Amino acid sequence: MTTIRDAAQKVMQTAIGLAPERWLPGGTPDPLIGRHGAIGSSVPRVDGPRKVRGEAPFAAEIPAGNMTYAALVFSTIARGHIATLDTDAAQTAPGVVLVMTYRNAPRMAPPAVFLSDPRAAGASSLPVMQDDAIHWNGEPVAVILAETQEQADHAATLVHVTYTRETASTSFEHAATHAHRPDNVLGEPAVIEIGNAEAALAEAAHKIDRTYHTPRYSHAAIEPHAATVWWEADGRLVVHDATQMLNGTRWTLAGIFGLKEEQVRILSPFVGGGFGGKALWNHQILAIAASRLSGRPVRIALSREGVFRVSGGRTTTRQRVALGARADGTLSALIHTGTAAMTAYNNCPEQFSFPARHLYAAGSFKLEQKVADIDMVANTFMRAPGESVGTFALESAIDELAADMGLDPIDLRRRIEPVKDPTSGHSFSARHLLDAYARGAERFGWSARSPTPRARREGEWLVGMGVATATYPYYRMPGGTARITLTRAGHACVAMASHEMGMGTATVQVQATADRLGLPIDHVTFAYGDTALPPGTIAGGSSQTASIAATVTAASEKLVSALLKLVGNDSPLAGLRAGDVEARDGGLGHRTIPDRFESYVSILSRANREEVSAEAEAPMPLEVQKYAMHSYGAQFCEVRVSTVTGETRVSRFLGSFDTGRILNPRTAASQFRGGIIMGLGLALTEETLFDERTGRIINASLAEYHMPVHLDVPEIDVIWTDSPDPRAPLGAHGIGEIGITGVGAAVANAIYNATGRRIRDLPITLDKLL
Amino acid sequence: MTPFSYARAGDAATATRLGMGAGAKYLGGGTNLVDLMRETIEQPDSLVDVTGLSRTIEERDDGGLMIGAAVRNTAVAEHRAVRERYPVLARAILSGASGQIRNMATVGGNILQRTRCPYFYDDAARCNKRTPGAGCDAIDGFNRTHAILGASPACVATHPSDMCVALAALGAVVHLGNATGARTLPLVDLHRLPAGRPEVETLLEPGELITAVELPPLPCAVRSTYRKVRDRASYAFALVSVAAVLDRSADGMVRDVRLALGGVAHKPWRAFAAEAVLRGRPADEAVFRAAAEAELADAAPLRDNGFKVELARRTMVAVLNDLAGEAA
Repeated sequence: MTTIRDAAQKVMQTAIGLAPERWLPGGTPDPLIGRHGAIGSSVPRVDGPRKVRGEAPFAAEIPAGNMTYAALVFSTIARGHIATLDTDAAQTAPGVVLVMTYRNAPRMAPPAVFLSDPRAAGASSLPVMQDDAIHWNGEPVAVILAETQEQADHAATLVHVTYTRETASTSFEHAATHAHRPDNVLGEPAVIEIGNAEAALAEAAHKIDRTYHTPRYSHAAIEPHAATVWWEADGRLVVHDATQMLNGTRWTLAGIFGLKEEQVRILSPFVGGGFGGKALWNHQILAIAASRLSGRPVRIALSREGVFRVSGGRTTTRQRVALGARADGTLSALIHTGTAAMTAYNNCPEQFSFPARHLYAAGSFKLEQKVADIDMVANTFMRAPGESVGTFALESAIDELAADMGLDPIDLRRRIEPVKDPTSGHSFSARHLLDAYARGAERFGWSARSPTPRARREGEWLVGMGVATATYPYYRMPGGTARITLTRAGHACVAMASHEMGMGTATVQVQATADRLGLPIDHVTFAYGDTALPPGTIAGGSSQTASIAATVTAASEKLVSALLKLVGNDSPLAGLRAGDVEARDGGLGHRTIPDRFESYVSILSRANREEVSAEAEAPMPLEVQKYAMHSYGAQFCEVRVSTVTGETRVSRFLGSFDTGRILNPRTAASQFRGGIIMGLGLALTEETLFDERTGRIINASLAEYHMPVHLDVPEIDVIWTDSPDPRAPLGAHGIGEIGITGVGAAVANAIYNATGRRIRDLPITLDKLL
Repeated sequence: MTPFSYARAGDAATATRLGMGAGAKYLGGGTNLVDLMRETIEQPDSLVDVTGLSRTIEERDDGGLMIGAAVRNTAVAEHRAVRERYPVLARAILSGASGQIRNMATVGGNILQRTRCPYFYDDAARCNKRTPGAGCDAIDGFNRTHAILGASPACVATHPSDMCVALAALGAVVHLGNATGARTLPLVDLHRLPAGRPEVETLLEPGELITAVELPPLPCAVRSTYRKVRDRASYAFALVSVAAVLDRSADGMVRDVRLALGGVAHKPWRAFAAEAVLRGRPADEAVFRAAAEAELADAAPLRDNGFKVELARRTMVAVLNDLAGEAA
C-alpha cells in the first residue's frame, strides 16, 4: 500500500500546485466534519434487503447460456516436476468438455504481482500452468470443464499425476537460518534503528526479552472464491469475480492475456467477505484460459479445500520483542525484530514491526523484519496483516514489563505515550489512545482487576482480565475517479468501481454524498462493483472509505461549478462562484445569505437539462506525508480458564476505539465486532497445519480449521471516541482492520492474569495451559 | 464423488438383501458417508438407504430401551426416558456436531462413522486405512488429536463419536442382522483396535446391518454425565471425553461405576481397569485418581498428544468428583 502511496507521491511532487488543497497540511478540514446529517446516523445497509431476499447476485450465481463448470486437480508435492500425466479417463468421463493441463493451456504472461506496479493485483508472480514445474503443494495441475459441477468434480478424481520430487523449502526453522531482509516492507524500510537499542537494553533497570510465535492462518470467508467468466465474440473478456481490487484485476488480466484494458470488464457488485483474501489467484486465470480453449462460459467456485490450497493466508512469524525501561517506566529501548515465512514470488512480509514504529516513545529503537523463503501457496494480506500478529508480540511484552515493574498495564502506557511519532518525528493528526483506554477501563470495570495472577477463582475456573492496544494506519489510495450524475428530479448517482464486501461501503458513501450535496439519502444511489464505471481504488488497508470520500468530494466540487454555469441571470445564484456557495436542502445556496438559494430541480429545469454530470480524481494523499495518521483502540478481555482442562472461555470483551469520526454506528459496530471475533480465532483456535515434511496443509476444511463458533464468542461491547481527524476526509478513518489488532495480546494477557502463565505461542490451545 | 446407484429399502429383509451386493453401503443420515464420498475416500457402487427402517424408541418393561438404528440423534437426545434414565447419553449426543447434523444423523450411522484423522481425509497422504500397507503419515506428523491407548504402528486414529462413549459406559448391546440371520454384540466389542489391519474397523460381517441399540436397565444411570473437552466450545471433536455413571452408597463407597473415554483410542474406550479400582472403594478423590492412573498406565503418547494423558486423568477425576458430589 505504501509503495503505491510513495509512487503516487513522486508523481505528485512535480504537480503539487494542481492538487486541491483541502487535505493538504494547513488546509481547511472537511466542512462536513462538524455537520450533523446523514453521516453519523445508523442508516441500515442499502444492500440489506436484496441480500436477505437472496436477490444479491454473487460471482458463482451469475447465469450464462451454455455454461460449463470447472474443477481443479491439485499437486501433491511442494516442489519438482510432473513426471506423468494421465488424463484419458477424465477426458472420456460423462459430461466432460475440456481437460486443460500445462500441455494445452494457452500461453499466458505471468501475473504482475501486487505492489510491483500500482495497478498490479496478482497474488504471486508465478506463471500459471505453463510448464511441468510444481512450486507448492496444492498448485493446480489440471482444470476440468464439464456440463455440471458434479461431472467436473468426478472427472477431476480420474486425473492421474506422478511427480519427480525436488528438495523443497518447507521447514520454517531451517529457512529462518537463511532469512533475509526484503528490499522494503510495503514501501517502508525493513529496518529502522534509532540509537543503540541493544546497548540501552543491556543497561536498562528493567528489561523484558521474549520470543513470540504465531502460526499460519487461512482465509475462510463465508463465500469461497468464485468467478463466472466468458469471452465475447469480439474478443472482449467478461469476468464476474469476487474481488477487492476490480481495476487491478482488470489491468493484470489484460497483461496476462495480452489484451487492452478496455477489452476486459470485471464485475463484482457483491463479495461474501474479503479480509484481504479476494485477490487475483490462479482460479480466475485458469477459468479464463479454459473458457478461451472451450469457447464456452466457465464458472469456477473453489471448494473449501480449494480455498486452502489455491489462496494463501496469513503467514507464520517468529518475533522478538525486547523492552528496556527506566525506573519511572519510560522506555530506554524498544526492540521488535523477527522473521516471517514468505515465497520468492510475492511481496507480503507480514509487517509485524509496524505497530512498534508508531505506538510508544522510547530512547532507542531497533525494528527489523526478515523473510524466510518457503515453498508454499503465496501468503497474503489477511485482516490487519502485520498489525494483528505484531500487536500480539508487542502488547504481550508491554504487559510482561508492566507485571515485572509492578505497574498497571494502562498506567505503563500512559508513561510511554509519545508526543510525536517516535520514528518519523511527524505530528499525529489525531491521537486519543489514552482517552480510549480511560473510557474502556471505566466501562469494563478494569479497577476490579487484581494485579496478582490467580486471584480470582470461581469453582474450577480462574478468571482474569487483560488489555492491549489496537492500532492500524490510516491509508488513502490515489488513482480513483468518481462521477456524480445529478438528475432533473434531484437525484444523485455516484459511480465508481468500488467494492462492497459486506462492510457497508455503499451505505456510508450514500450517507456521505447525501450530506455533501445536501440531499436526503433516498435521493442518492451509489453504483459500484463494475470496471465499466470510473476506476476505484482497492478495498484494502482499510482505505476505501476515505479514498472514495475524497474522490466524491473532488467530483462534487466540479459538479457545483458545472451547476453554477447553468444558472441564468435571474437565478438567486447568479454571479456566484463555487467558493461562495454550499450545498444544502436539495440545492445550492449562498454560504451566508439564506435567500440566495436555488434547488437542483429548479436549476436543471430552468436550464432545460435532464441531468448534469461531473467526474474528478481525488487529490493525492499528501496528508500522510506530513502527519502520522493512525487509528487506535484499547481491547479489554475477561477470560475464564479451567484448572481441570486448560480450556479458555472468553467471558467478556470490550473494544474502545479511536478511529476518527464514526460514519455509521450500525455498520461500524459490525466491523469492530467482526474484527474482534476474528481476533479471538487468532488468539485461541485457528491454525493452518502445514506439514513440513510435505508442505501440505492438512486441515483444509472448516471442520478441522477451527474458527470461533457462536459459543466461543461472548457479547462484545464496542465504544468509540468519535473524535474527528481534521486531516481526513469526513474526519474518518477506515475501520475494517483495527478490530482484530490487539485482541491476541488482550486474550493472552487476560490468561496470564487468570493463571499466571505466559503463553507466547498462538493459538493458545488448552494443552499449553495444562 | 464417484457415480453410484441408490435404493431406498422399505423393510429390513430388502435392506439386507441389497446390502449383500458387492460394493454396497448402508446409508443413514449421510452426514459422514456422503462427505467421505465427496472426497472419494468412500466409493460405494450402491447405497441402500435404511433411514426408513426401525425408527422407534421402545421402552422395555424392565426399564431398558430399544432404540431403532434409524432414529435420528436429535430424537434420542430429546426422548424423555433417555433424559431421565440415561442423561449421559443425551448429554453425549448434544455435545456432538451441530443441531442440523444431529437432525440428520442416525444412531446406526453415528456408530459407524469413521475417524477424522486429517491424513485419512487427504488422499495425498499415506494412510493404512485408505490403502492397507501404504503407511501412516500421522505417526510422525501432526498427531495432537490422535490415540494414546490401544493404537498400533499401523494406525493411531481415534473414533470420533460422542454418543458411542456414552453407549460404551451404559453397556449398550448392538442388534445386527443380515440376509442369513440376526445376532447381538456388546457395543464395546463392535469396534476393533487397529492392530495390523486398521482398515477393518468393526466386527460387522459383510452386508450386516445395525438394526437397533439396546440399553439394558441401569437404574444408577440417573446419576450419570458426559464431559467433553475440545479445542473450541462447540462443533469440534473431543480431544478427550468422559462418560460416567456412579452409584455411591450411603456410606460413601462406590457401589457401581461405569466409565468410558472418547478421543483416546480407535474405539470408544470402556475404562474397565479404572472401574475395577473404583468398585467397593471409597468415592473420594484419591481413589478416583488411582483409578485414572490405572486406566492410563499403558498410555503411549505420540509427538503432539502427550497432554491427552494428563487431560484424560484430570477429566476422569473431575467427572467422578462431580458425580460423587451430586450423590452426597
